Amino acid sequence: MKIAVCIKRVPDSETRVKIAPDGKSLDEAGVKFVLNPYDEFAVEEALRRKEQAGAGEVVIVCLGPAAAQETIRSALAMGADRGVLLQTDRIPADGFEVAKALAAELKDGGWDLILFGKMAIDDYNHQVGPMVAELLGLACVTAVAHLELAPGTGTAEREIEGGIEVVEFPLPAVLTTEKGLNEPRYPALKGIMAAKKKPLPTKPVALPPGGIEVLALLPPAERKDGRIVGEGPDAVAELVRLLREDAKVL
Amino acid sequence: MAPKFQGVDFYDVDGLLSEEERAVRDTVRAWVDDNLIPIIGEHYVEGKFPKHLVPQMAELGLFGANLPEEYGCAGLNNVAYGLIMQELERGDSGVRSFASVQGALVMYPIHAFGSEEQKRRWLPRMASGEVIGCFGLTEPDYGSNPAAMITVAKGTKDGWLLNGAKMWITNGSTASVAIVWAKTGKLDDVESIRGFIVPADTKGFSAKDQKGKLSLRASDTSELVLQDVCLPKDAILPKSGGLKSPLSCLTQARYGIAWGAVGAAMACYDEAVGYAKSRVMFGKPIGGFQLQQARLAEMLTEITKAQLLCLQLGRLKDQGKVTPQQVSLAKRNNVDIATEVAREARRLLGANGILAEYQAMRHLANLESVYTYEGTHDIHTLILGQEITGLNAFN
Repeated sequence: MKIAVCIKRVPDSETRVKIAPDGKSLDEAGVKFVLNPYDEFAVEEALRRKEQAGAGEVVIVCLGPAAAQETIRSALAMGADRGVLLQTDRIPADGFEVAKALAAELKDGGWDLILFGKMAIDDYNHQVGPMVAELLGLACVTAVAHLELAPGTGTAEREIEGGIEVVEFPLPAVLTTEKGLNEPRYPALKGIMAAKKKPLPTKPVALPPGGIEVLALLPPAERKDGRIVGEGPDAVAELVRLLREDAKVL
Repeated sequence: MAPKFQGVDFYDVDGLLSEEERAVRDTVRAWVDDNLIPIIGEHYVEGKFPKHLVPQMAELGLFGANLPEEYGCAGLNNVAYGLIMQELERGDSGVRSFASVQGALVMYPIHAFGSEEQKRRWLPRMASGEVIGCFGLTEPDYGSNPAAMITVAKGTKDGWLLNGAKMWITNGSTASVAIVWAKTGKLDDVESIRGFIVPADTKGFSAKDQKGKLSLRASDTSELVLQDVCLPKDAILPKSGGLKSPLSCLTQARYGIAWGAVGAAMACYDEAVGYAKSRVMFGKPIGGFQLQQARLAEMLTEITKAQLLCLQLGRLKDQGKVTPQQVSLAKRNNVDIATEVAREARRLLGANGILAEYQAMRHLANLESVYTYEGTHDIHTLILGQEITGLNAFN
């Protein structure tokens, strides 16, 4: 099994982010960056598939700044064999430009599987995985919550509203992983030490901005205090009126 | 799900750590959040060591993590090792104690004083958690004064015959092997103290849990009895000699305790800050009152000082320059401030502070043991006093 896992360096979900003075980027001072949580499922799945096959290679591919080497090494510490960083200080807002750069790196790799997290928790776009699949002419299944592989083919389950969608696909394929697919392992201490010695070349890339421009970032509106409409059956009519006219949820 | 612990880092101490050191800290921190924090309160109340966590800790590589890879250990530096202790004790002092005993008090002396054969026989199985160890130095009547121990090992035709009793032994009843310190000569011959590897299934060896503890309740503490325990010749740690051998083990463990105490203090501070911002009294969060702010400011100040103390101590240890007296200063200071932080956190939490649902009182009760074990606060005062003046005030 030769598997590529594409990962992203993102701010920790517990970080309180601040908007930078330019009004359209994050102030990175004091922000902790982590491996995108959905990508952890992809890394774990790749490692399990390689372990089950008894042979193969798991390669981590990441597009990001020099600091993303640390993110790649956290995946190497989990057990991946090597990594590559497509280094750029500016990740375009247009996922298609990112997908083109990743596809160019991946196209001659001879992969059995290419895995992504189903989305990055910083931009919530869900785009890059399917775009890479399209650029490489491979089948794609998104948000995979259960996976079975056989020689040359696979079956994936996707959680959809009210049920489960079962999808068959030919290999090689691009899959994006959903929470619940597996329970990612902790990087063991020996793995952390071993990660230092694994190959991790960096390749500078210059990406055009693409067709999307971020104009402004705004914090969500402060939530207003709740209020108590009244007590007992008498308050119901007023509550319904408010839900309909003020909150507009009915 | 409970929020993930974000650490306490007012002086960007993180910036002084290497990438590997941070990665080690983060992995243990995440493990503690996911596996220890959710169950520790209940185990503490029931007085049960969470033994089911031992295989997971072993798999992560937490036991003897600063010992070499050739014996199945992680081969980390001492700062990374310290960070492991910090994160474990952020969960609970009893669980950190378990790891301290396994690594610093059992694996370390086998590595430092054992034969190559002993090292190969025991260390990989201890790193993997297959074998759990305990350390028998303290006796019922000899705590701060281990030189006066009365456990003896008599040379026989085939090996050794051990007699005596040990007390306050962490992991005692759980362990399948004990490092027992005994005099091989006359009772006034301190230089004759040697270490012995005693499998717990040896005839004449027994361990009994000490009951009624109000501290370290999620940890086993036992009394060991050695009654005509026959051991083969190669049970002795060949390179051990005199009281300085067990004391050097204690220096290793005290080093980890200095870091561990910071973890307990960070947990209490973190809890206190969260509570102060959310608990409303007299119409505003109690964090808005000067008395609580003074508490929090004091806690953060002492934690920050203790963090920097640990880090420089670890750097000195990695350079091979650390002295036992420097370790004493850190153990003495950090456990003391951690106890104080836990107490103030407990008070800030008001009535809620006495519940096992919160952490502060559990840490406070634990830290009273940590204050007392591995050289009491007072003994470390005398160690420093002797270092400063050159005058011995022990007796």
